[in-house]
Amino acid sequence: MSLRGRACIVGAFEHPTRKAEDKSVAQLHAEVAYGALQDAGLTARDVDGYFCAGDAPGMGPLSMADHLGLDRLRHLDSTDLGGCSYIAHVAHAAAAIAMGRCEVALITLAGRPRSEGQATGTAARAQDATVPDDPFEIPMGRTVAAAYAMCAMRHMHEFGTTSEQLAWIKVAASHHAQHNPHAMLKKVVTVAEVMASPLVADPLHRLDCCVISDGGGALIVTRPEIARGLKRPVVTLRGTGETMKGQSGGYPDLTFSGARFSGARAFDEAGVTPADIRYASIYDSFTITVLIQLEDLGFCAKGEGGRFVADGNLISGVGRLPFNTDGGGLCNNHPANRGGMTKVIEAVRQLRGEAHPAVQVPNCDLALAHGTGGLLAHRHGSATLILERE
Amino acid sequence: MPQTMNERTIPAPIEDPSTKPFWDAARQGRLMLGYCLDTGQHFWPPRNTSPFTLSPHVEPRAASGRGVVHSFTVMRVAQPYAPAFVELEEGPRIFTNIVDCDLAEIRIGMKVRLEWQATEGAPVPMFAPA
Repeated sequence: MSLRGRACIVGAFEHPTRKAEDKSVAQLHAEVAYGALQDAGLTARDVDGYFCAGDAPGMGPLSMADHLGLDRLRHLDSTDLGGCSYIAHVAHAAAAIAMGRCEVALITLAGRPRSEGQATGTAARAQDATVPDDPFEIPMGRTVAAAYAMCAMRHMHEFGTTSEQLAWIKVAASHHAQHNPHAMLKKVVTVAEVMASPLVADPLHRLDCCVISDGGGALIVTRPEIARGLKRPVVTLRGTGETMKGQSGGYPDLTFSGARFSGARAFDEAGVTPADIRYASIYDSFTITVLIQLEDLGFCAKGEGGRFVADGNLISGVGRLPFNTDGGGLCNNHPANRGGMTKVIEAVRQLRGEAHPAVQVPNCDLALAHGTGGLLAHRHGSATLILERE
Repeated sequence: MPQTMNERTIPAPIEDPSTKPFWDAARQGRLMLGYCLDTGQHFWPPRNTSPFTLSPHVEPRAASGRGVVHSFTVMRVAQPYAPAFVELEEGPRIFTNIVDCDLAEIRIGMKVRLEWQATEGAPVPMFAPA
């Protein structure tokens, strides 16, 4: 059964904070939920499906559903694919709605890693005695930065990708972020400045890495009949896909991600091609994440990502594929170290015509949001959404 | 079994009932890979089921200790170190560190050999230039 046309996103809210010293994680979940419901013109009493991921405190969805006062739930889902969970949640919500298992789905994300001074991408975590990979990876220094850096190193070796090319991804995001009053990093940067920033994990420089920010966001997904009765432009689901990619028994290929599979499924369900996409939100934990995903999604051939992103090709109004027009995780917001929610939110803004005028894509009627959650080199989830404006 | 000094303190690997044979062999200087009897492929990390077929038709097999660097990075922290994937002669690419070398000289394709690194528990498999 195709999910095309079976659900609409009617509420999308990104918390304005980037440093939440005076709010708990639970309060942030509540604030983004309220914001999304206000955006949709719905109330908490309308919600009968709730979706959250590992950032939600407590056992699965239970504590947050209780804290938010959601006492009419018929469907719950706390699928955690890391940062791309919320992209998958939209598809899961659509499936539940299509099957009549819920009518109004609420998806929330929130966290405060910045205020809590949480481990950055270079710090090793403690081993979990029950996770089978931990003893074989944590003593060896499994970190977020190393995982993505090793993928970049291999991609450069196999395809000749350069640091200059990776830097263009950050440059493009910064061109967009300058127009976003809430962005953490609003300054436009140059390729030279990115390459001059200190190395974090070769070949990735500091400016190749996303921000660490507090805050969060929420989405409301519902049936098309309900959506058409609300006040905002209707944003409809067109295609979906999700998968997981791991070590393949000890034979990992570091140069591609699960986007190859989740993207193919989404485009197939949507009946469109990458050339039809007017705006793309591409998960940007690191510049290399963007480059690899663009190839895997089919915007260019494998190995051509460096050439594709160079020379401003991702800048709205300049290049062929406007991306992350809010400034992305690289410059705006990557709340709770999970960037998938903000990817969907900016895609919704673009489709509604509500992005900043300086970055709004003209006649934006087809958009894509994609995320990679977890650690690219070790194991990660992939989720792709294609959305359209009626 | 000589243990090579590494500037970075490596946490002891947590051992569990399924992996104890692997870490016991490590203490004796043997790197035991998993081997799937149905498909004839080595696998990593070791476990008691095949990651190819999910069957229990597996057995441990000793690695030669020889490999090449498949990818790496250098962590630019106070005590720099080099996480890497090393492709073993037997096939699997394993996550490890390159040790006992000038970090600036590490290259993809470089030949390396197994060099156990001490921890407060079992030693862990790392690799030095061959």
